[in-house]
Amino acid sequence: MPADTANTGYRGVWVFIEQVGGEVAPVSWELLGAGRQLADALGVELAGVLLGQGVAGLVTEAWAYGADKVYLVEDPVLGPYRTAPYARALVQLVKEYKPEILLLGATSLGRDLSGAVATSLGTGLTADCTSLTIDPETRLLEQTRPAFGGNVMATILCRRHRPQMATVRPRVMPMPSRQEDRRGELVRVDMAFNEAEARAEVIEIIEEKNKAIYLDRAEIIVAGGRGVGSKENFRLLEELAGVLGGTLGASRAAVEAGWLPPEYQVGQTGTTVRPKVYFAIGISGAIQHLVGMQGADVIVAVNNDPQAPIFKIATYGIVGDFREVVPALTAEFHRQLAPGPG
Amino acid sequence: MLQMVVCVKQVPDTAEVRIDPRTNTLVRAGVPAIINPFDAHAVEAAVRLKEKYGGRVTALSMGPLQAEEVLRRALGMGADRAILLTDRAFAGSDTLATSYILARAIEALSRETPVDLVFCGKQAIDGDTAQVGPGIATRLGFTQLTYCMAIDAVDLEQGYIQVQRKLEGKREIIRGRLPALLTVVKDLNELSYLSLPALIRAALATITTWNKDNLDLDPAQIGLKGSPTSVRRIFAPPARPGGEIIPGEPRAAAATLVARLVQMKIIADK
Amino acid sequence: MALRFEVVIVGAGPAGLAAAITLARAGVEVIIFERGEHPGSKNVMGGVLYRHPTETIVPRFYQEAPLERPVVEQRLWLLTDEAALTLGYKSMTFAGEPYNAFTVLRARFDRWLAEQAVAAGALLINETVVEDLLWEKDRVVGVRAGRAEGDVRAEVVILAEGANSLLTQKAGLKKDGINTNQLAVAVKEIIALPREKIEDRFNLEEGQGCTIELLGDATKGMMGTAFIYTNKDSLSVGVGVLLSSLVRRRLNPNDLLEHLKSHPMVRRLLTGGESKEYQGHLIPEGGYRAIPKLYGNGVLVAGDAAMLVNGIHREGSNLAMTSGLLAAKTILAAREKGDYSAANLAPYREMLAESFVLQDLQKYQRAPFFFDQNPHFFTLYPQLLSRAAREFLTVDNVPKGEKQKRIWREITAERSRIQLAGDLYHFWRVMG
Ligand SMILES: Cc1cc2nc3c(=O)[nH]c(=O)nc-3n(C[C@H](O)[C@H](O)[C@H](O)COP(=O)(O)OP(=O)(O)OC[C@H]3O[C@@H](n4cnc5c(N)ncnc54)[C@H](O)[C@@H]3O)c2cc1C
Ligand SMILES: Cc1cc2nc3c(=O)[nH]c(=O)nc-3n(C[C@H](O)[C@H](O)[C@H](O)COP(=O)(O)OP(=O)(O)OC[C@H]3O[C@@H](n4cnc5c(N)ncnc54)[C@H](O)[C@@H]3O)c2cc1C
Ligand SMILES: Nc1ncnc2c1ncn2[C@@H]1O[C@H](COP(=O)(O)O)[C@@H](O)[C@H]1O
Repeated sequence: MPADTANTGYRGVWVFIEQVGGEVAPVSWELLGAGRQLADALGVELAGVLLGQGVAGLVTEAWAYGADKVYLVEDPVLGPYRTAPYARALVQLVKEYKPEILLLGATSLGRDLSGAVATSLGTGLTADCTSLTIDPETRLLEQTRPAFGGNVMATILCRRHRPQMATVRPRVMPMPSRQEDRRGELVRVDMAFNEAEARAEVIEIIEEKNKAIYLDRAEIIVAGGRGVGSKENFRLLEELAGVLGGTLGASRAAVEAGWLPPEYQVGQTGTTVRPKVYFAIGISGAIQHLVGMQGADVIVAVNNDPQAPIFKIATYGIVGDFREVVPALTAEFHRQLAPGPG
Repeated sequence: MLQMVVCVKQVPDTAEVRIDPRTNTLVRAGVPAIINPFDAHAVEAAVRLKEKYGGRVTALSMGPLQAEEVLRRALGMGADRAILLTDRAFAGSDTLATSYILARAIEALSRETPVDLVFCGKQAIDGDTAQVGPGIATRLGFTQLTYCMAIDAVDLEQGYIQVQRKLEGKREIIRGRLPALLTVVKDLNELSYLSLPALIRAALATITTWNKDNLDLDPAQIGLKGSPTSVRRIFAPPARPGGEIIPGEPRAAAATLVARLVQMKIIADK
Repeated sequence: MALRFEVVIVGAGPAGLAAAITLARAGVEVIIFERGEHPGSKNVMGGVLYRHPTETIVPRFYQEAPLERPVVEQRLWLLTDEAALTLGYKSMTFAGEPYNAFTVLRARFDRWLAEQAVAAGALLINETVVEDLLWEKDRVVGVRAGRAEGDVRAEVVILAEGANSLLTQKAGLKKDGINTNQLAVAVKEIIALPREKIEDRFNLEEGQGCTIELLGDATKGMMGTAFIYTNKDSLSVGVGVLLSSLVRRRLNPNDLLEHLKSHPMVRRLLTGGESKEYQGHLIPEGGYRAIPKLYGNGVLVAGDAAMLVNGIHREGSNLAMTSGLLAAKTILAAREKGDYSAANLAPYREMLAESFVLQDLQKYQRAPFFFDQNPHFFTLYPQLLSRAAREFLTVDNVPKGEKQKRIWREITAERSRIQLAGDLYHFWRVMG
């Protein structure tokens, strides 16, 4: 285990760039955005770590999103993701190049990997951070995350161990803009792998055909809760979503009632979303729901209870029965968005 | 014969934990404690494997004495024995220290009979970290298979397990070498309703407790001392600046709102 | 083969647990079935818990049980739509030992009481509904729990299943179906509020508690009462009315609660509070005349299932505990003889008759019927009293003698002298 003084000589901010089949998880770019600010605050370098097979083409992308440097490890064993070789590669890089901060997306892959890596390194790991800042005095990473089902927020420090590791959920940090011609440094690291150390073989990956998988990237979400009352009533929401080109979403209560499949659930145990507009229809606004959608630019709430907590955070609220309000909204959007004579 | 260990955690029913706005501390008193919901599915999975392949299921929990209750629940669900790791010195353990203690306990069990499979929940609903499972797997050197939604096959002879993992919008079918650690999601199974005799057996069973002296532990790796992370501060979630209620009858209110959104160019022409 | 215990108890409320503790301490093999996730998880009460009967079962329980506040003051409010006539009694002798009553949250208290039963040796099985009784000829010989291999044989079964007493009906001790004249529906909300605010608003010393019962407009004039009780850092606010009057007025209990919460005298007590829980429950209010047969061959009924509730004094848990205790004593005596036939269980009713339980209920035996037939006691009289008070207290240069005459004129315009005399007479007979 690292001693208390283990943090000396660690420098720089790293972001793990998650790719599957050559496709980068957008959260990795979001993290480069967040990492840029941390690196600037510390006056250090921002680096991306790219593991895989045949992924060198992604290096320029990482530069474009703000990485000063990219560590690249390529090997056939790193083709399909398996925990053991990925964890070993990342651990080895950390031990060699000593970053002070290591960020990963809180995706299933990122969580799978970060837990293994932090354990091997014997360092702290904070999951699902919603805010990352630097304490200018101590240069420590302040990792803020919801705890106890979102009822409280906690700021967590990793004082003496390095790197300070954190995961961040997709869509919590804003996507940075892409700088087309930005270039950086490439550090290609050679490591030897053998297939046996993977301990596992991926047999097949099956795409689940479901629109809701795009929920976290949707720009407009029309979400319904228990107040919608029935599966049939969701038709009204679907019509509104239709006219706006948006996606449906749901509270846990609506999912538990079986009105929409679990993939549509927004919130603490569902997806975190960050759309431009979030319509909350018949949703009371329990904290577990709010933590998943309060990053929306605009929140519109429709609820017949003027005391519903959702109104406290909604940009705009309409008090009324959604069965009247939602069709009226649909009709109005139809009218006002229709290409008029002018 | 499969030797299986299931890690179960007692968690507060999170919906009811509040923060005291004056002292900024957690109000946990009187909040009912439950078995971490994912862990219940982990127990169910192990018990079903036992029914199919034969073997033994040990439920393992680290926590205060009251955590006995979740172990009883595991016994009621069909676990064969239960061990509670409880010691003052364990208090304040973060995920790194917790996975260390649990892994040491599993190693101790392995010295009796080698353990083939360890089960954890996908995450504990109080911390939502999903770190303890991977931590244990890493320490034991077991194959790590997270987010399992189905167990297709176990082959003791060939020494592998095939599972389906639930990923974002995807399902991965993967075959891993035994011994392995699985973390499970709720899709894996439906909890079965226990028979009365099973429930009575569980209520009457004795639960073994182990303290730090029963395990071969490095004192620097447990409790607060063994936990690299520390909480600087906890606070109530910030409120988003409150909203504006658009007055009027549904139709009029809708018209005002739509005009507002269109004007702000938030919703534009398709 | 069915499992076997000496005694099966259905329901881990105050009645069932009092019986279980008493029996287990005497070395009897007891199993208690509770349908809720834990004892108390499904139970609702205002809840004022009385010290005396509880202490009979667990001496000095107040030193360790999860209690909210000792009750030092009881208030009665007669509401009209905009006013309240109030009456109260506060005494600091209630603030210390031996205490009189405490507010409790049943979810915590019942769980604690159940722990005492388990510590005494009783076996508690949660999340299990007893669905039926097992019979041999005309004898109850056990129960069928709603789980695989759920039959349990027993020498004797105690039914402590609460107000919704399906098994008591199945045992043939009570008529089938719901009598809307004998059941009240109650709803209750727990509203979180910081301690200091509670102590401020209710004029209490630190840690002390008070209760308010509300009549009149609090129930929209229906037969029933509303209540506000102070817990440590929450208020229990609820209203209970007779099912028949709800049906008659086509109201639902939730509307009543909202009505109460928005009353100008009540609203202020609750402002800033956060609603944490909402519960509904039945209260058996049939009184003495509705009490079922209390025992049969191999079976006894206790608590709410036996309709042992004193609605007028909002007592229930104490009657439940006392009846549970007496049921257990009856069983211990029958056990000596090894005979649990009805004849040997008959002393149960005799002991209840000698205790306050049946004596109190007998005293008010006419009340349920009387108030149901004379709803003006809940509508007209609060109005009249309130108007009289306003008239009398308004200083407007009218001589007091003239005011008295005015008041009397107003009253007699609504109710003739003869009617008034009759009301007074009947009220006295029913309550006195
Ligand atoms: C550990 C944990 C994790 C959780 N995770 C999540 C999560 O990820 N996501 C999530 O959503 N929840 C989650 N929950 C549950 C959460 O606490 C709430 O129970 C849930 O969000 C409530 O859903 P709701 O708002 O749809 O229902 P309700 O709270 O019942 O609200 C329904 C609303 O509809 C309104 N309404 C009724 N009729 C109409 C009408 N005709 N017109 C207009 N309005 C109407 C009502 O006034 C009310 O405000 C979690 C809870 C726990 C304990
Ligand atoms: C709103 C309200 C306010 C009240 N206020 C007060 C007050 O302030 N003070 C007071 O003394 N009394 C009060 N009462 C009355 C008091 O709550 C009851 O009299 C008391 O709880 C009766 O106890 P019991 O054990 O008979 O029944 P319960 O407390 O109802 O317990 C019955 C138990 O049996 C279980 N059960 C039922 N059927 C089955 C089955 N088939 N299988 C397994 N388990 C089963 C139930 O889940 C329950 O736990 C109030 C009641 C209400 C509704
Ligand atoms: N104290 C504990 N005792 C037993 N198992 C635990 C404990 N903490 C975590 N676990 C297991 O690890 C899983 C993930 O927990 P976490 O990493 O805290 O989200 C849980 O679902 C449990 O299976």
